Amino acid sequence: MKSGNTKTQNKTELIPGKTAKRLQSVYRIAAAVMIVLLFVLLVTAMVGLPEIGDKNNPDNNEVARRYIENGLEETGAVNIVSGMILDYRAFDTFGESCVLFVATICVTIMLRIDGRGGDEDDEEHETGKKAFGIRESAFAKFDSRNYEPQNDTILKKSAMLVIPLILVFGIYVVLNGHLSPGGGFSGGAILGTGFILYLSAFGFEKTERFMNAKTVKIVTLVALLVYCLSKCYSFFTGANHLESGIPLGTPGAILSSGLILVLNICVGAVVACTMYSFYALVRRGRI
Amino acid sequence: MEFVKNFPFFSIMLCMFCAIICSVLNRHAAKHFTRIVLLIVMVLSGVLLINTYNSGESFVYYMGHFPAPWGNEIRGGCLEAVFALFVSTVAFLSVVAGGKAIEFDIEDKKENLFFILVCLMTSSLLAMCYTNDLFTGYVFIEINTISGCGLIMVRQLGKTTVTAVRYMVISLLGSGLFLIGVTLLYTLTGHLLMSNIQESVSELLQSGDYRMQLTIVIGLMTVGLAIKSGLFPFHLWIPDAYGQSNVVSSSLLSGTVSKGYIFLLIKIYMRTIGMEAIEKSGVLYVCFYLGIIAMVLGSVLALHERSFRRMIAFSSIAQIGYIFMGIGLGTKAAIAAAIFHIFAHGLTKSLLFISSSEFTEGSHSKSIDDLKGLGYKYRYSALCYSIGAFSIVGFPLLAGFISKLLLGGAALGHGPLQWIALLALAVSTILNAVYFLRTVVYLYIPTEHIDRDNEETVKVTNTNANGKTDKLLLLPGMHCPSYVIGISVLVLLNFLLGLCSGPVTDIINKGLEVFR
Repeated sequence: MKSGNTKTQNKTELIPGKTAKRLQSVYRIAAAVMIVLLFVLLVTAMVGLPEIGDKNNPDNNEVARRYIENGLEETGAVNIVSGMILDYRAFDTFGESCVLFVATICVTIMLRIDGRGGDEDDEEHETGKKAFGIRESAFAKFDSRNYEPQNDTILKKSAMLVIPLILVFGIYVVLNGHLSPGGGFSGGAILGTGFILYLSAFGFEKTERFMNAKTVKIVTLVALLVYCLSKCYSFFTGANHLESGIPLGTPGAILSSGLILVLNICVGAVVACTMYSFYALVRRGRI
Repeated sequence: MEFVKNFPFFSIMLCMFCAIICSVLNRHAAKHFTRIVLLIVMVLSGVLLINTYNSGESFVYYMGHFPAPWGNEIRGGCLEAVFALFVSTVAFLSVVAGGKAIEFDIEDKKENLFFILVCLMTSSLLAMCYTNDLFTGYVFIEINTISGCGLIMVRQLGKTTVTAVRYMVISLLGSGLFLIGVTLLYTLTGHLLMSNIQESVSELLQSGDYRMQLTIVIGLMTVGLAIKSGLFPFHLWIPDAYGQSNVVSSSLLSGTVSKGYIFLLIKIYMRTIGMEAIEKSGVLYVCFYLGIIAMVLGSVLALHERSFRRMIAFSSIAQIGYIFMGIGLGTKAAIAAAIFHIFAHGLTKSLLFISSSEFTEGSHSKSIDDLKGLGYKYRYSALCYSIGAFSIVGFPLLAGFISKLLLGGAALGHGPLQWIALLALAVSTILNAVYFLRTVVYLYIPTEHIDRDNEETVKVTNTNANGKTDKLLLLPGMHCPSYVIGISVLVLLNFLLGLCSGPVTDIINKGLEVFR
């Protein structure tokens, strides 16, 4: 599988000339054989598995039954999936939001330009610049928006028309996460696209009035902190068998299902900010 | 419920909390905050260890209001506590001792991001160690992988980005295979909780159904985690990843991250699928032979390597081989020896990487030949490096000796396997001695003129990530108290593991007893 490909690269450094080329082809063939083998293995495994939807399947057990039968009563969420991911298995979902957080950090490390200078002679930094290509260019030049037509009337007018709808729909999906399909992740993505469309139509100057590095930082911080602290509270009370004191409300009402609504809002905010900041980082190297 | 049972949850959440806060702190505040949190986690794990050791029992802890198969659950026992203590100790000491190297290699404004990655990595390792649920394990594997990429990439050279991308692709292949394994296992058993899976698997074994699928599941999970920890045919990402990144990142990646995956693998073998099914599937032989090949091959490759940091990285491949050999033997004594080797190698490797930072000028990779005579210039670092090298070779009084002794002792009584294992141990130890002692000898070759030449080159190459020349690093002795303290504690711990191995093996054995 992968071992084939990486071996090729490493061997070229060690062995020069024709041997390397011959080895490369050997490794390529070996990689192909491995992939085919893995494919055959997985398909044989799949063929013998219990049939999907059979009543006697092992996964049709008390776990799924409780989610379906008692889910509404125990979590207060009409959308059982929301109840599952944000209440029953909230620790996994918290981990999943941290995956998003750490991904943002990595992208920021790679794309954010903080400016450095005085290392022209250093060979290693030189290779670094070549890899990034644009890194050495001046700060303003890096904004890729300067290279495209600025006042596109069609884009602006249609954006004015569509953006409010997108934002309202995004907020609706986030707030109704416990009632209907959707939730923080999907709603946040919709909100994020709204901001990105605004940015494409009107540029950084206007967007920065409401969406800049500071807002992104604060919103992300507050949302993650609220998420972390409220989950800590519910884990702590749950594990120590204390009453959490959070009312579940009437199922179906917008203010119901305990913490799920709050968590959905937090996740939505984080996802929207992440989407926007990825786009901004790619466009000009800073949020 | 006793209050101490909250400690695993506290340590995981504290690290997460610290990561979130670090995103708005400046670099100094982030550094201090991270150090304090890691220290607290260390203390918490230590207290938990004492408590679980005395009670001799393990416990489960609900993460939320719902009991286990429905909600999430973590589990604490002696073994988990000692592993958590190990992870937090290595992370804390690396961050403390490598403070200067971090400042030198990383752009000022991105330094707090580095500490976020360290915190998230530690918390994911803790969660992987404490989890009682396979899917939770997978989620935290993901965090670990991505923060590993970030740790490599944070020293921003073009080639570290390439290395990070390669690491990510290979690592994601590993997590992909692991995830397929988890889904197949879920289809067969209907559970994600480790203890429930064990029950269903033993039922499956008795009825004899799905024999082939079970073998494939075991294979996929083993290969997935072996790729991520860098076992022999999947080791090709190691030299670049450990050799080019910041020394603290190297020390964290080799000392803790790859060990976390191995711990999870042991957990899957012993607590999820059960040793009976594992032995029937024959995967232990695969682990054993791959481990043997890695032991020898890693050492041979290290012998041929001219770049100093890459040489240390290659030795990691051999050491991972030792651990997998121990797992492959499959007996309780062998697995205890493998776990002891995890601790010994983690502490020694961090010591080697961090103490090497001084004579390689931060993280600039340097040829072994350039080390000549540096032992007289950087006396303390050279001394500590030598102790680390002796430990990894297996000198008596040091941690490496005990782990090799335990592995050798565990290999006895395995029929033909014992000869292979003992022979490989001997060959690998000799090769280890050749290449590590070579560097120690080079360090102490008295050469005055070469020393003066070095002075010149140091001044030219020593520009840090911010383009400034760092004065402090030019001075011999790295005048930084935290470096001296951190590295001294690592040396002390090495001696401690070597001299008082009795209590540690006792803890591991006691932990393995309840590790079912």
